[in-house]
Amino acid sequence: MRLEKYRKDFPILKIKINGKRLVYLDSAATSQKPKQVIEAITDYYQNYNANIHRSIHSLGEEATKAYEEARETVAKFINAEKPEEVIFVRNTTEALNVAAFGLRKIVSTGKILLSEMEHHSNLIPWQQLAKINNAKLDFVGFDQDGYLKIEELKQKARNAKVIAITQASNVLGTINPIKEIAEIASDAIIVVDGAQSVPHMPVDVQELDIDILAFSAHKMLGPTGIGVLYAREELLKKMEPFIFGSEMIKEVSFNNASWNDLPYKFEAGTPHIAGAVGFKAAIDYLQKIGMKNIRRHDQEITDYALKKLSKLVNIIGPKKAKDRSGLIAFTMNDVHPHDIAAILNEDGIAIRSGHHCAMPLHTKIGINASARASFYLYNTKQEIDLLVKSLEKVKRVFEK
Amino acid sequence: MKEIYSEIILDHWKNPRNKGRIENADIVIEDSNPLCGDKITFYLDFEKETIRDVKFEGSGCAISQAAASMLSEIVKGKNIYDIVKLEKDEIEKMLHVSLGPNRIKCALLPLKALKLGIYSYIGKKYKT
Repeated sequence: MRLEKYRKDFPILKIKINGKRLVYLDSAATSQKPKQVIEAITDYYQNYNANIHRSIHSLGEEATKAYEEARETVAKFINAEKPEEVIFVRNTTEALNVAAFGLRKIVSTGKILLSEMEHHSNLIPWQQLAKINNAKLDFVGFDQDGYLKIEELKQKARNAKVIAITQASNVLGTINPIKEIAEIASDAIIVVDGAQSVPHMPVDVQELDIDILAFSAHKMLGPTGIGVLYAREELLKKMEPFIFGSEMIKEVSFNNASWNDLPYKFEAGTPHIAGAVGFKAAIDYLQKIGMKNIRRHDQEITDYALKKLSKLVNIIGPKKAKDRSGLIAFTMNDVHPHDIAAILNEDGIAIRSGHHCAMPLHTKIGINASARASFYLYNTKQEIDLLVKSLEKVKRVFEK
Repeated sequence: MKEIYSEIILDHWKNPRNKGRIENADIVIEDSNPLCGDKITFYLDFEKETIRDVKFEGSGCAISQAAASMLSEIVKGKNIYDIVKLEKDEIEKMLHVSLGPNRIKCALLPLKALKLGIYSYIGKKYKT
């Protein structure tokens, strides 16, 4: 594998679990971190830790510069027109909440269209908004193979005010045709959950022609606690802030306040400065490898895993690797996913089991839970072979 | 590390004891674990302060289902005030395994459901 040389940058990959070398197949939950990211965070705390935007001393200036450079790096990474269109938040969930509640007056009683493959974080904020605004919530389904029903979307998109949809499903693995959706629904505000796509493939907000994009640093080699809300500038200007306090204001009296300029209007309080510094280091690292190369690697591993696993387990979602992101959810007849994960853990293999924060999706396909193996740039085909071997053991242990 | 799936757990998972339902049971109590979707329903018949008969239905991981099966064997004929005293330690002893903070929820679900059932029986008794 071409990317194998990067494994040495990830200290955690050397550790042993139950006496076996760690095989980490849970990057869709959170990715591991290269030493470049860990060192950047340490460097910040050791050498230029200060609060930003308000301290005039040297450290304050240096920290502010690093924080704003992180914003510029993110903006370039997703090809935003301006850095001010990048709002730092805690994670994808917070970004989608800020989006939903920020759009409250703009959406009013207009229809909100989602898909049936959304993660809870791209479902519940819109559910709440629909309840508050007394607006209609509607859903586009997916077919037996896990593909979004585009014809249904065309019908339902006609009078939708907002379409909020994931670019890559965290259970089915399906990559949705966001550009096509944005073309179909050119009048609607297009909100994209990029939690599983931005870390794994090139994402260009202008090329996709979307209005809002949400994603987290921790799924793309960066630290936890920092994520991004991207939105077009003219939309951000119209959106209401969601969190109030210092930094997000311009003028304050005892009874009133006016909002700061973008992006600060949406960033109340001291932000996660170290997180932004680590996030920048993560993006620098990803760009050094190249997002196209990472996508190609994911696809190769997924293709290999699909072939190996299809004889052993029931795979959920599309059969072709080119239509999937780097994750495979599956079931094994009457063996519960938790039991699968526990046996795999005995062999040092980390996978996820449960409903992956997508309960309605699991209900829809008639299962309570699934097991999920997910891949990133540091995974190898040998690790897939170890996964297969361990799954064979699961089968033996639970043979009735 | 001791293997989680001891002979005894696998035996109860493969051949659950007291699985099924009791028609017109005194108490039917259901509980679930949102983490993994484990579900347990206990059917309980009482004789004064003892559990006269118990059956269960459920779906979920081997730990939760084996724990329900083993617990049903233990509590049949036991005094309800002794059963509500059972805690995590007794369940781990029963399963011959010690579990982490996430997985222990699966093992404790049947006990939690059973206790809820007993409490609602006690509640009913004092009402009438």
